[in-house]
Amino acid sequence: MAAQLLFFFLAIIAIAAALGMLISRNPVSSALWLILNLFCIAGLYLTLNAQFIAVIQVLVYAGAIMVLFLFVIMLLNLSALPGLRVMDWKRGLAFLLSMAMLAQLVYVVAMGLDVLPQPVTLEQTALTGSALEIAKALFTQFALPLEIVGILLLVATIGAVMLAKRRFV
Amino acid sequence: MEITLNWYLGLSAVLFTIGVLGVLLRRNVIVILMSVELMLNAVNLTLVAFSQAVGDVSGQVLVFFVMSVAAAEAAVGLAIVIAIFRNKLTVDVTQINLFKY
Repeated sequence: MAAQLLFFFLAIIAIAAALGMLISRNPVSSALWLILNLFCIAGLYLTLNAQFIAVIQVLVYAGAIMVLFLFVIMLLNLSALPGLRVMDWKRGLAFLLSMAMLAQLVYVVAMGLDVLPQPVTLEQTALTGSALEIAKALFTQFALPLEIVGILLLVATIGAVMLAKRRFV
Repeated sequence: MEITLNWYLGLSAVLFTIGVLGVLLRRNVIVILMSVELMLNAVNLTLVAFSQAVGDVSGQVLVFFVMSVAAAEAAVGLAIVIAIFRNKLTVDVTQINLFKY
């Protein structure tokens, strides 16, 4: 009973926050709605017993990426763009195509998926989400992608600094 | 009513669609980048849900990598926005049309 309530509570707030980010005029409001959404998704990770990923989500996504977004919004000193609500055919077509995609996704999910060859116990689930199991996989099976992601982050840092500099000298 | 895998997948589908709507309908470049982050989060939710349903930890390792790539992409994307803003003084995508003939 508590599990269902928690899931629905987090899911409703996550969807409402996403819609709030979509509809907000002010970019700072959009960023704050997205931070609320990221916290709700971290809570959903906790209901799935994925402790490590939940903590990493709060630290990296809500704590670093969204702070970067807010810094840039403040740096550019943006005000709300004038609401040019022109409902032309392009926006209507975009909305219709998005609804068609959502219908396809929900149809696939509603058809039911047989993914459980053997049922997974709760202890096994809690073990899967722990930092120990992820570290075991990350440093043995996924060692090469880990190093490549390290190089990718270095390249992204150099690129971001070069792009935002005032002069290319 | 048991919360099975399908509930998480349905929620992820709805969040992904809201992200797609944000990318298609908004004019502010920074809000478009934030909608891309929302789409990546929806995919992360799908990966973690499957990982916990099957009992394989590879899904969560992939979530780790997706988060790193999303951080790198957000940093570079925002640097590009700053570089464009320095010249055109706008973040409206309908005004940034230098490639148009």
